[in-house]
Amino acid sequence: MTAAAGEIRPVIVGAGPAGVRAAQALVAHGLQPVVIDEASRAGGQIYRRPPASLSQRSTQTLYGLEARRAVALHIAFDALRERIDYRPDSLVWSAQGGRLDVLHGPTRGTDSVPYGQLIVATGATDRVLPVPGWTLPGVYTLGGAQVALKFQGCAIGRRVVFMGTGPLLYLVAYQYAKAGVDVAAVLDTARLANQIAAAPAMLAQPAVFAKGVYYVGWLRAHGVALHSGVRPLRVLGDEAQGRVTGVAWQDGNEERTLACDAVGFGYALRSETQLADLLGCRFEFAPLHRAHLPVRDAAGRSSVKGVYLAGDGAGIMGADAAEWAGERAALALLADQGVAVDTARTAALERRLHKLGGFREGLERAFPLPPDWAAHAPDELVVCRCENVTAGTLRQTVSVNGADEMNRLKALSRVGMGRCQGRMCGVAAAEILAHATGLPLQQVGRLRGQAPIKPIPIHLAATPSLEGAGE
Amino acid sequence: MTGRKTLHTDVAIVGGGIVGASAALALRQMGIGVVLLERDLCGSRSSGVNYGGVRRQGRPLSQLPLAQRAHRIWERLRETIGTDGEYLRSGHFKIARSEADMASLERYRAQSRDFDLGLELISDARLRERCPWLGARAVGGSLCAEDGQANPRLVSPAFALAAQRAGALIFERHKVDEVAHDGRAFMLRSGNALEVHAPALLNCAGAWAGPIATEFGEEVPLQSGHPAMAVTEPLPFFMNWSLGVEGGGIYCRQVARGNLVLGGGGKGVALDADRARSDRDAIASLSAQAIELLPTLRHAHFIRTWSGTEGYLPDRQPVLGPSRTTPGLFHGFGFSGAGFQIGPAAGEVLAELVRDGRSSTPIESFSIERFTPTPP
Ligand SMILES: Cc1cc2nc3c(=O)[nH]c(=O)nc-3n(C[C@H](O)[C@H](O)[C@H](O)COP(=O)(O)OP(=O)(O)OC[C@H]3O[C@@H](n4cnc5c(N)ncnc54)[C@H](O)[C@@H]3O)c2cc1C
Ligand SMILES: Cc1cc2nc3c(=O)[nH]c(=O)nc-3n(C[C@H](O)[C@H](O)[C@H](O)COP(=O)(O)OP(=O)(O)OC[C@H]3O[C@@H](n4cnc5c(N)ncnc54)[C@H](O)[C@@H]3O)c2cc1C
Repeated sequence: MTAAAGEIRPVIVGAGPAGVRAAQALVAHGLQPVVIDEASRAGGQIYRRPPASLSQRSTQTLYGLEARRAVALHIAFDALRERIDYRPDSLVWSAQGGRLDVLHGPTRGTDSVPYGQLIVATGATDRVLPVPGWTLPGVYTLGGAQVALKFQGCAIGRRVVFMGTGPLLYLVAYQYAKAGVDVAAVLDTARLANQIAAAPAMLAQPAVFAKGVYYVGWLRAHGVALHSGVRPLRVLGDEAQGRVTGVAWQDGNEERTLACDAVGFGYALRSETQLADLLGCRFEFAPLHRAHLPVRDAAGRSSVKGVYLAGDGAGIMGADAAEWAGERAALALLADQGVAVDTARTAALERRLHKLGGFREGLERAFPLPPDWAAHAPDELVVCRCENVTAGTLRQTVSVNGADEMNRLKALSRVGMGRCQGRMCGVAAAEILAHATGLPLQQVGRLRGQAPIKPIPIHLAATPSLEGAGE
Repeated sequence: MTGRKTLHTDVAIVGGGIVGASAALALRQMGIGVVLLERDLCGSRSSGVNYGGVRRQGRPLSQLPLAQRAHRIWERLRETIGTDGEYLRSGHFKIARSEADMASLERYRAQSRDFDLGLELISDARLRERCPWLGARAVGGSLCAEDGQANPRLVSPAFALAAQRAGALIFERHKVDEVAHDGRAFMLRSGNALEVHAPALLNCAGAWAGPIATEFGEEVPLQSGHPAMAVTEPLPFFMNWSLGVEGGGIYCRQVARGNLVLGGGGKGVALDADRARSDRDAIASLSAQAIELLPTLRHAHFIRTWSGTEGYLPDRQPVLGPSRTTPGLFHGFGFSGAGFQIGPAAGEVLAELVRDGRSSTPIESFSIERFTPTPP
């Protein structure tokens, strides 16, 4: 089946839980969306599928307690394959004038894909608050550590410490321990009291809550040392060999160290919002997420006509919510096109999403970003590793040059000016800027997005084909 | 509500770009009182996002006196604004892609002889020897060894900071939304926050200066333009010069960290009256030309593209000088894509005009009169 001549098909960017469920809903109503995803196989971050050559591992090993949901999503997607225009390995690197610029990795080909309606389901990456020594080889983000295990089937080290906070901390530690890796300790900056206080709210999602409790219980039962309320001090390294030898942290008044050869760290996730930004979506500060996020209504409509937002890319809500939000956004798209949709279903999805809001608040309370992180970040701490910008430089840029806003801080200090364009360092830089100026985080603003979303080879930027742009 | 602050000063300035800020600094150095209003952050518009070319070569002869004056300011940059702003006299090399281009560069050298730019023509074997990285399209070029480059993000805000240290009152995030003249003095108002009274007013509002001129009966055909810009990841250092191309096209320079900054290749797109981005087709054209000029760039990555909003006049010359309708009003805007190098001199000229009523640098070609036909 092909699209009718002249018809511009709706486009979905991201084939994670949100994108897959969105595609499914569109297909169910007779549309044939284009699904563009940077990854080589659908599934997104959580249900990421290893390359076919490695797929002999069972789904149970790969996804643990999530196996059922993972399989369900994969099956749902595989069933769509014939009825969607699926483009894996394809990075959307820019958007302008109703067209997406897409770079196809393996062939190094570029396309310009037109859209009338667009669902942005770009997901999330790790939220990073660095610690001295984090640039040593052997230090990974939690997500990176998990990807190594899930995708490449290898561990980041033999004896690993996990630190930071957030549900992923315990999950990844659990997955590593289960895979037979020696997990030396889990260091959580949140306090037990945080978790206890947040428990009632988290009971809004009893199954998810139970999973979290299970991971912690399992780790404890298997002798993994769990410390909460800690302050990571530094990753210790062998200067000569330049690799991790241990970690040091503060536990109450006591400074403690532990030997290890790798560290996984992270503070939950941050939304991947650059595409929404390039599309011109309006952003607002979302206190729950401590971030500026593209605004959307309960159905997922952004401030830009024809652009819908779903999943973690519009605010971290987790995989289940991503599925519901993806479906909900697709139904909104359909309704806006005059297609009749099941209103009982849309109401049910919205109810679930709303209810999950309470759970999310609980999670944030259980695993807050360490409120004193910026205050304790030493001047010599490298915040932006692409440009080697330290916390001290950022503070000086505030005190000497009067920077009080993220883009000005960037202009004067080069923070976020390297390859990652602030995707890694932006969160930490904003925290330091807010602390150094005494301004609320909300007021220091956000880095403006500019193409390319990820670096693009010049010779490929030189040849945008106008595929589908209309003869 | 009357929370509005009222200030009286000698000179009020609209716009904290490199022109307004350097005027403020020059005025303070003359002991004249200054209040500057910038609706955003000083040096965050054109002046802070431009390519960073600090070049005299290739300018119309009418601009060269101003450019020479600016050249002397750039030489003392650190003493003047407290930072070197990564300013380097690295050389500016204008590439010829044909014999006709080469002849044109030679003509320019002859015409500009009085200005002592020290232009050196390079071609053939010497060209390949001095710049082995140049692609085959280049047949030669003209080197101005004392021209160079600087980091606009650092330089332009630093002019404003220096002015402030010298005693100028600078109000950022204060948009001027009302100007008037009561026959003796100007009144500027920024919402409910601030009112400034001054006998002199400098219109240094860049691409947004048109409505202010119109307010005083001087309509100008000022248009916004958005040069496309891009930067690569850091590359091994290979090129000192800032490059341009005879007849236009692209320009590029490599900074000490290794990144290549490129510009040209067409236009950006305006998102709204204030913001712009590089256009997709402009990036494509920029990329194609860049590879042709510097084949080693083929596999380098762009990490970012951007643009800015600059004011252009049809003859690509700025408006710089006194108003023809309103005593005490002076314009300095519309630098048409080339105001970074001459901006500091334009600022000094404006300060001289305020103090002396005339400038020691010839500015007749930039008169606003050229757009307002004298009534019969
Ligand atoms: C590394 C990592 C590990 C995680 N592990 C777990 C876990 O174990 N358990 C859990 O409950 N939650 C986990 N999460 C959270 C969980 O992934 C999300 O809640 C869920 O996947 C959100 O689904 P989504 O569809 O919104 O986004 P995602 O699943 O993140 O999918 C987004 C997709 O969009 C693609 N994409 C993004 N930008 C572009 C672009 N410009 N061009 C083309 N494609 C693009 C990405 O490649 C990705 O495939 C993890 C998150 C991360 C980042
Ligand atoms: C992408 C790009 C590349 C360029 N490359 C070069 C180059 O390599 N070399 C070169 O010499 N030149 C270059 N230029 C040109 C140069 O940047 C400009 O000519 C110069 O910066 C103009 O300075 P300005 O002070 O007049 O304008 P601006 O820097 O635009 O300053 C005007 C200021 O006025 C403010 N303003 C406007 N209206 C109001 C109001 N109502 N109230 C308060 N404030 C107001 C604005 O916010 C702005 O900050 C380039 C320009 C661009 C955009």
